[in-house]
Amino acid sequence: MSAKLFELTEQPLSQDDILRRVSRFDCGGVVTFAGTVRGATATDNGARETDFLVYEAYVPMAEKMMARIGAEIQERWPLVKGVSILHRIGRCEIEEPTVLIAVATPHRDDGCFEACRYAIERLKEIVPIWKQENWSDGEVWVEGPRQPELDVSTPNQPPT
Amino acid sequence: MNVRLILFAGLRQAAGFKSDTVSLPEASTVGDLLNSRVPNLRDRTFYVAVNEEFAQRDTVLHDGDEVALLPPVSGGIQPPSR
Repeated sequence: MSAKLFELTEQPLSQDDILRRVSRFDCGGVVTFAGTVRGATATDNGARETDFLVYEAYVPMAEKMMARIGAEIQERWPLVKGVSILHRIGRCEIEEPTVLIAVATPHRDDGCFEACRYAIERLKEIVPIWKQENWSDGEVWVEGPRQPELDVSTPNQPPT
Repeated sequence: MNVRLILFAGLRQAAGFKSDTVSLPEASTVGDLLNSRVPNLRDRTFYVAVNEEFAQRDTVLHDGDEVALLPPVSGGIQPPSR
């Protein structure tokens, strides 16, 4: 049984694991990206310290959208042979990886760097996963930047 | 007809419930559903998925549809500053 290429999991993520998922006989280049939990974030008011994060997802849609990103990459970079995206749900501690992406190509100039970058940017746009920041004195659900073409909250207002 | 409404993250918190089955007249739209069941979310930015695909306010609903209210996504990393 082969492992899924696009998966949400409550288990810790492993670089070795995702490398195995995309490794192929005919590929000599794999680019990986890891997003990890920052313990401190610089803000205009100085550093803000995070205790831990909690991720929540609309799991079936999230896995479907991650697979769609894989298909988009295939279209843009036809030499790409393998794409995998793994994302955590549940509680994540400081410095733990919360997302791993791997893209495999025959050679390093075949688009693996660009495709990996594309995957993480696209994930931020269309994959329904949310993080809750937890501090010593409270927590808040973080919301990303608004994409007007998807926003349904303002009923049919004429363009301004 | 009946549709299943599910909410996530900050929207779930703001609405005070996670999921509900809502009865609507035939040919109701996403907008009708929002007005009837979650009018208190009117001032928030969010997206809607019907059966796991992004939808719009005027998308027509059918019996048995699953309608998910999605806050703007924040998984992965911080967006790059522009």
